[in-house]
Amino acid sequence: MHRIGVFVCWCGSNIAATVDVKRVAEAVKSEPGVVFSTDYQYMCSENGQATIRNAIKEYKLDGIVVCSCSPRMHEATFRKTALTAGLNPYMVEIANIREQCSWIHKDMPEGTEKAIILARAAIAKVQRNAPLVAGSSPVTKRALVIGGGIAGIQTALDVAEAGYEVDIVEKSPTIGGRMAQLDKTFPTLDCAACILTPKMVDASQNEKINLITYAELESVSGFVGNFTAKIRKKARYVDEDKCTGCGVCTEKCPSRKGLNEFNMGLNTRGAVYIPFAQAIPNVAVIDKNQCLHFRTGKCGLCEKNCSAGAIKFDQTEEILERQYGAIIVATGFKPIDASAFDEYAYCQSKDVVTSLEFERLMNAAGPSKGTLVCPSDGRHPKEIVFVQCVGSRCSSDASKGKEYCSKICCMYTAKHAMLVREKYPDVKVHVFYIDVRTPGKNFDEFYRRAVEQYDVDYIKGQVGKVSVENGRLHVQGSNLIDNEQVHIDCDMVVLATAIEPDPTARSIGTMLTASMDTNDFFTEAHPKLRPVESPTAGVFLSGVCQGPKDIPETVAQASAAAAKVIGLLSKDSLTCNPCVAHSDPLLCNGCSQCENVCPYGAISYEDREVRGPEFRGVKRVAVVNEAVCQGCGACTVTCPSTAMDLKGFSNEQIMSEVDAICR
Amino acid sequence: MEDKYLSEQILRMSGVNPKKCMKCGKCSATCPAYDEMEYHPHQFVTMVQKGRIEELMNSKSIYMCLSCFACLERCPRNVEPAKLIEAVRLAVVRQQGMNHMKPDDVPALLNSDLPQQAIVTAMRKYNK
Repeated sequence: MHRIGVFVCWCGSNIAATVDVKRVAEAVKSEPGVVFSTDYQYMCSENGQATIRNAIKEYKLDGIVVCSCSPRMHEATFRKTALTAGLNPYMVEIANIREQCSWIHKDMPEGTEKAIILARAAIAKVQRNAPLVAGSSPVTKRALVIGGGIAGIQTALDVAEAGYEVDIVEKSPTIGGRMAQLDKTFPTLDCAACILTPKMVDASQNEKINLITYAELESVSGFVGNFTAKIRKKARYVDEDKCTGCGVCTEKCPSRKGLNEFNMGLNTRGAVYIPFAQAIPNVAVIDKNQCLHFRTGKCGLCEKNCSAGAIKFDQTEEILERQYGAIIVATGFKPIDASAFDEYAYCQSKDVVTSLEFERLMNAAGPSKGTLVCPSDGRHPKEIVFVQCVGSRCSSDASKGKEYCSKICCMYTAKHAMLVREKYPDVKVHVFYIDVRTPGKNFDEFYRRAVEQYDVDYIKGQVGKVSVENGRLHVQGSNLIDNEQVHIDCDMVVLATAIEPDPTARSIGTMLTASMDTNDFFTEAHPKLRPVESPTAGVFLSGVCQGPKDIPETVAQASAAAAKVIGLLSKDSLTCNPCVAHSDPLLCNGCSQCENVCPYGAISYEDREVRGPEFRGVKRVAVVNEAVCQGCGACTVTCPSTAMDLKGFSNEQIMSEVDAICR
Repeated sequence: MEDKYLSEQILRMSGVNPKKCMKCGKCSATCPAYDEMEYHPHQFVTMVQKGRIEELMNSKSIYMCLSCFACLERCPRNVEPAKLIEAVRLAVVRQQGMNHMKPDDVPALLNSDLPQQAIVTAMRKYNK
């Protein structure tokens, strides 16, 4: 029988207002094994912890129960307290009488009764606790960054700066991501390429950074400090080491039907192409679906004209397998498909464009070489209407759209409006807005400049209908301030489409067992205090994959994630969770069911010599790799012969908790 | 004048929750009968929320609504203003003692092209 102490916390009024803490402390005194019980205002405070330490020494306690908040909050705190008093930290049990009791009850007698029951269960469990000792596992000192946009690049640069190897896996042929497609950036209006491309070059020249472009993550196994990733490197049909990026092949290619992804499909490219002038790596790639050689077997012009002999039609995809200590998700975003919103006539007229398409139309490297023209016939537009919140801020029961605010649209629309007015003062610009949201440094000043200095017509209201009339666009909208319906004939309509996580995020989240919200944004370990970590240990979040954000915020988060990664990689070994599964070889019947259900691949089978009262000899039994086991318990509930048990959460412990509750 | 009973009736009949509205004005932007109306679709939502039902009942706007459901279709918050307008129309029809059609009106309406059933239905609906 253990000598148990019970410590009931008031948590100020959080617990004490609904639970009679004195009664709880009194009631548990008669429980078997309890030799001491007390209550205190804040058990987690220094004084509270001192009470625990003193009681452990004075009453020679070898097990303690703290009735307080959720173990997620302070279990670690009280385990440390126990350790400093010479008690094994796994002899501490927490009875959650805050989140699961006081916060959800209003009635004091009811809350108190439940608190006593929860305390009793924890006491019954600690009676059967045994001291556990945590092992350790080594850390692979290399990081994997998934996504080569500004988020991934910044994280990689920072991690490399600290001296660790980083691999960036990018699914498209070049790094740069969405930011490379932007024309200017708010609120300073500096050119996106001018500030991004030097960073891309830094990443490619950094000897610690290894770029794996045109590649996708195939699978991930392992755990924090010891991930194994399989990366599928797609066939470029161009030898990356030989290609000089001269671009002769792209000029000679007779196929001109592939839509240029970099220009949002506003123009076409050859079947062999380099995504854009500053692409990194500056290496061509062949689009197999467009290439005449692959389709008819005849062409081969690129191969004939390549002086470096880099074209390799027989190249195949390859699978790379590498070890990593940490994984950073930086999968970014894409704009939603505007065609679902048929009232804007996006599918009826080429002159209705999304904002990202508009970025390309304004960009000097874009399809119109930076001259703003209507995509339908190349004429100079005289009047442009911008529509904000296209697909953002829709209710959950609406037939389409996202519930969240996409955050960046107000600012980039102000930027677009301003750039148009700056470059073409003859063009009239209207912006339909619901709210203008500009919380950021120099953001509201920027928006006001669009209104006051550039004379952009901001109309409070939404657009209800866009129709094509006589080759122009007719916009019908509401002006809520003037309480009137407005009709505008214009040449272009620009839709500020909502952004959504990149479609690859979901499968990557599944591979990493990293949790996501209903919108497929990755969830943080704590929304305020651990914003760059996934709840899955060793997985970190960088950029829009975690939630909509602009470039400065993305860069800040990318560096924050890097700091966390560096903190992890700087350790030589990690303390493992000792609450792992173990199998009793005497009871194990060798059925392999536990091996099949283990999500971490921690269980294997071995022939072992077993000596017991009823059996002696060699037997095939389950063996748990304690470094890999995460203590999820899937094997213990699967095992038909109750051979598998979880340390710290054994069947016996849980049953005695249940018994205590049902008593 | 706020009439709590009446606003609750309207909300119950329409099944609309006006608090969901984010005041974007898309309903009024999309309305083809906007210019015919004294109160516009987005105003309906706020007026119902504030209990200004009688003003709506007395307004000709409710008969100008074409029930085309464009506002309902395009509302990003799924507020469904058209259902509110229909509910106000129903509230007008269901008023006690408000005879919109009296038996004395019938002879003047009799017309060989008009099915008698239409008159009977109108009597049922409008004669309280």
